[in-house]
Amino acid sequence: MARSASTPTKIGYTALAWAIALLLFSPILWTILTAFKTEAEAIATRPTFFPETFTLENFAAVQQRSDYVKHATNSVIVSLGSTLLGLIIAIPAAWAMAFAPTKRTKDVLMWMLSTKMMPAVGVLIPIYLIFRDLRLLDTVHGLTIIMTLINLPIIVWMLYTYFKEIPVDILEAARMDGAELWNEITHVLVPMAVPGIASTVLLNVILAWNEAFWTITLTSGRAGTLTAFISSFSSPQGLFLAKLSAASLLAIAPILLLGWFSQKQLVRGLTFGAVK
Amino acid sequence: MATAQTRTLSRIMMAPAVLVLLVWMAVPLTMTIWFSFQNYNLLNPMMTGFAGWGNYLYVIGDPSFTQALINTLLLVGGVLLITIIGGTLLALLLDQPIWGQGILRILVISPFFVMPPVAALIWKNGFMHPGYGMLAHLWEFFGLEPVDWFNQYPLLSIIVIVAWQWLPFATLILLTALQSLSEEQREAAEMDGANAINRFWYIIMPHMARAITIVILIQTIFLLGIFAEIRVTTGGGPGYASTNLTFLVFRTGILSNDIGAGSAGGVVAVILANIVAIFLMRAVGKNLDA
Repeated sequence: MARSASTPTKIGYTALAWAIALLLFSPILWTILTAFKTEAEAIATRPTFFPETFTLENFAAVQQRSDYVKHATNSVIVSLGSTLLGLIIAIPAAWAMAFAPTKRTKDVLMWMLSTKMMPAVGVLIPIYLIFRDLRLLDTVHGLTIIMTLINLPIIVWMLYTYFKEIPVDILEAARMDGAELWNEITHVLVPMAVPGIASTVLLNVILAWNEAFWTITLTSGRAGTLTAFISSFSSPQGLFLAKLSAASLLAIAPILLLGWFSQKQLVRGLTFGAVK
Repeated sequence: MATAQTRTLSRIMMAPAVLVLLVWMAVPLTMTIWFSFQNYNLLNPMMTGFAGWGNYLYVIGDPSFTQALINTLLLVGGVLLITIIGGTLLALLLDQPIWGQGILRILVISPFFVMPPVAALIWKNGFMHPGYGMLAHLWEFFGLEPVDWFNQYPLLSIIVIVAWQWLPFATLILLTALQSLSEEQREAAEMDGANAINRFWYIIMPHMARAITIVILIQTIFLLGIFAEIRVTTGGGPGYASTNLTFLVFRTGILSNDIGAGSAGGVVAVILANIVAIFLMRAVGKNLDA
């Protein structure tokens, strides 16, 4: 409506937008800056904006305090593992729903989404007890299984919406040309499906990386991911602000970067293609 | 198109996903319901046997339950209100011709990628801490007494933190919807003499309705399960002032080892979520008709 706005108007909107954006970003910016300050400077009564003495010692301290690398490794394994497992289960299902739908396909899809509606606490206690008896508590593979289960409906839905956009005509044309089922899949479908699968992977890695309820309740030291790791900083000794900031920065940096690069795909993924 | 053969194939391909989710739903949920009627405390092996409605009466009769229920509704409602209104306004602003839109989007969306415990800890220690938090410095600058946020306004503090995390999501989705509104439509309305407010109510809002529905649905799913933010800030306190249903079940079942009562709380949470879900799924089912 205001595509051809006058320059003063544009300056006004720009200033307002930047002010709000910086305000929203300030907690993150503050964390990044504090991570490089000395502990004394971080809690000084006269707060500084940029670190006066730029230091990396906080990062070393974080690693020393509770082994950041181990937790980060767990996060990577659980995020990637659960996404891969989810894809293996979901791809055939989404494929079938998109290309050979029956009258009940939509009901099945809605039912799958409805499983996300069940609050985690509704199943927390049995899962906790089953995990205890199967010795899965505080193990990386136990956590991977849970993460796969909670994200599976989203993976199916995302893949379904992407697959549905692949025109069936192309498949039929390939079939007419005498392509075998296998060739049809490898040469026609897969190349067209790759972008959708990539977006699905992206979103699920982000969701699994940031998942906190199950990682906190089902792990302690050994299999803890970064969400569990950072939660341990809530204890009084974690009140060292500079170290806490360094730990926070280390925990969010990978996903923050991933998220920045993939905002466009995220909208589609997060809304199952319902908002374009 | 679907021959008998493809139908069979399709069933086989869907089977793993359906089975896995069915088991994931049915087994633990059945166990939760079963436990909820049992006297079962991990710390006290003497407590066994059928409890009837005892656990439910205990849970529902407990003042902390009523408080947790109200807190859950305030938390979900409060965050939805802030993020939908704020997100709409912010989306409208970002849709204007402005300089640096790309960077602005990155800055605005960032909080969404911050894991919940980190978000909560940043706010708790960097911003809301009464001693050296940014807000305390700000208050002092204006000659005011710093506020001890988590003790004085525990639930409000958590609402602020959670809203900060979800505002980017709402903004991003609503902005995307806004940008798909055709330029001609707006210009036509403008030509016809519709003022900004009329354009907003009669052109933009109906167009955004679908996106808003989606935002409400997805946020509600996640907001009902808020946990980490409470765990690392107030621990549900003071008293039960910032305990929601999720945290209450965690506290009863896992921390206090009262499996029976915790399970009853879990069942109640599931029932409540389903009441919400029925409404939401209906709206979405209508909206997602492709």
